[in-house]
Amino acid sequence: MTTGTFHSTKPATDDFDPGVPGFEASGGDWDEIAREAIGEERIVVNMGPQHPSTHGVLRLMLEIDGERVTEARCGIGYLHTGIEKNMEFRTWTQGTTFCTRMDYLAPFFQETAFCLATEKLLGVTDEVPERASVIRVLMMELNRIASHLVCLGTGGNEMGATTIMTIGFTAREEILRLFEAATGLRMNHAYVRPGGVAQDTPEGFEDQVRDALPKIRHYLGQLGDLMLANPIFKGRLVDVGVLNLTGCMALGVTGPVLRSAGLPYDVRKAFPYSGYETYDFDVPTSTDADCFARVVLRIEECYQSLRIVEQCLTRLRDTTGAPVMVADKKIAWPAQLAVGDDGQGNSLDHIRHIMGNSMEALIHHFKLVTEGFRVPAGQTWQTVEHPRGELGVHAVSDGGTKPYRAHFRDPSFNNLQAVSVMCEGGQVADVVVAVASLDPVLGGVDR
Amino acid sequence: MTDKDERAATSGASGSPAAVTSPGTVAAPGTVPEATSPVEGAAAAPEVVGVRRGMFGPEGSGDTSGYGGLVRPVVMAGAATRPYGGWFDEAVDVLAEVLGEAGVTFDDAVERVVVSPQTDPPSEHAELTLFVARAHLVAVCRALRDDQDLRFELSLGVSGVHYPEDVGRELHAVYHLTSVTHGRRVRVEVACPDADPHVPSTTSVYPTNDWHERETWDFFGIVFDGHPGLARIEMPDDWPGHPQRKDYPLGGIPVEYKGATVPPPDTRRQYS
Repeated sequence: MTTGTFHSTKPATDDFDPGVPGFEASGGDWDEIAREAIGEERIVVNMGPQHPSTHGVLRLMLEIDGERVTEARCGIGYLHTGIEKNMEFRTWTQGTTFCTRMDYLAPFFQETAFCLATEKLLGVTDEVPERASVIRVLMMELNRIASHLVCLGTGGNEMGATTIMTIGFTAREEILRLFEAATGLRMNHAYVRPGGVAQDTPEGFEDQVRDALPKIRHYLGQLGDLMLANPIFKGRLVDVGVLNLTGCMALGVTGPVLRSAGLPYDVRKAFPYSGYETYDFDVPTSTDADCFARVVLRIEECYQSLRIVEQCLTRLRDTTGAPVMVADKKIAWPAQLAVGDDGQGNSLDHIRHIMGNSMEALIHHFKLVTEGFRVPAGQTWQTVEHPRGELGVHAVSDGGTKPYRAHFRDPSFNNLQAVSVMCEGGQVADVVVAVASLDPVLGGVDR
Repeated sequence: MTDKDERAATSGASGSPAAVTSPGTVAAPGTVPEATSPVEGAAAAPEVVGVRRGMFGPEGSGDTSGYGGLVRPVVMAGAATRPYGGWFDEAVDVLAEVLGEAGVTFDDAVERVVVSPQTDPPSEHAELTLFVARAHLVAVCRALRDDQDLRFELSLGVSGVHYPEDVGRELHAVYHLTSVTHGRRVRVEVACPDADPHVPSTTSVYPTNDWHERETWDFFGIVFDGHPGLARIEMPDDWPGHPQRKDYPLGGIPVEYKGATVPPPDTRRQYS
């Protein structure tokens, strides 16, 4: 037993009041340790990192008094994989294969934000073809729906409403099929590339999306029916996890949580990118600032995303055959992809061209793919509206073929700071609800 | 694409693609070009923050191409010249006035105002960066947040950058501020030497920077004085070193795959 107490965000120094009991423990029965150390009812519960309601590997340190949470702190870092550091050792194009794995439920947002930042440094922002931007917007909005469906589904499951989860995941499956058709992968697509997207949408993709939309709408309707007027559900969520506008701004909380406090701040409207200023959609807000308001907003945002998707489909039809990559051959990868008998790969036409017809084409392909392109020295900041808030990319180039520094300001990372404010003073059961309403994805938090 | 185009593109990609490289960053092997060549028309002397050598990673390996001797300075945009363009002039003027009222001289607090890219006419993609002396960081943040004409009320966090060759200014902390009220963005950058890696904490102005400063401490070793609890956040508490610094190796082990051995990424032959 030592003097001084441990605090998750403070180093274990001894500069605390010596009257405060504190102790170190590793292993053993918690009751015995607590009785021996303090002899009174003051229980610290470690929730997670392996806990089904912590969205991955979030560790919550709760000090509880009976059923009441008196102090709540987060421990993170269990999923840190050094993605930002790894990106410094790969080309700018390879960077998308790394950042797509950060927030694995919303991969297109990291890809797009990183590519927009790269394009800004290259000075080709205005040269990205319209069709590429339309495809990016289409993918991001479908992704937003898929991400919100997981949030609502797992949030419901954590409260014991398994049906909400199964409906959410069934609906998400419809969207993942679309992603697979366009990119070859259900997640971690690396589909958005600096200068545009990896390849055009496959034949029949528009019809596929058009066929999926009524199904998604149907499932969203079911979710709404299950959640929005359900007295048990409302009993668990209304007036729980309240974070008012002042708290949101002070803690830098953005996204649905900020909008649930009444501020209609949406990066798509405030700092438009990829042509969002030309789409017709609303930013739903609420003033209740509680967990229920966030559920309502997420469902409403899904419908707004569907509106944008429908506008994208019209634009896709209008731009059929248009390029999806900048014209500059020093940036655009030469490879044309195709699906063959053995899966997706370089198209046979392209291989025939570089292996049989043109030595220069082969050299160009080899140089661009192995060496990459050089990005002028400088730094930039690009944000996009991520399903969980404002995702920022701070990209620094030293003039080389690899990022000098690529920092991602992940909204989940920032928003987790609000857990203390939202949980302290509430019930233990409300912690689960409050964390679910922040919708943290630990892959993005820890990177 | 005809063969002629491809040849042009190929020669560009192999050496220095003119379209994607700023003038003044390419040199004949073995020489350091003038660092004062302008980056953009109106900008003043650019900032050299480092030097990049060679092209293929390994040095002294019997390189016969001559590219291994390539020496290129890393040139960042220098101090901008008036007019900065757009709302930048007005905002900088207001900041100077507000700082003056608080008893801080603008030139003491703001070392350099950078607009990147600074073009004529001003680019809609231009970004404003204020290089702030670390002693006045909190005062500048407070002025940026509180004045009604500035009102950068939303901080989007801190990120660190390590420039080991920028002697005396090795570690940079970069703050990304947003004004929801005015629809503006500004970047505040603070540099500190590696030998004295102290920067005042901005958590008193932007509480959200709490975790971001912890992350920057964790990854770069910048000590944020006055932070309520500057502990590591991503790495384990007893971790030695700060992983995002340039002198910290990426790490990794060789991987055997189909009979061949693939070395870890940072030891592979690579283009620089």
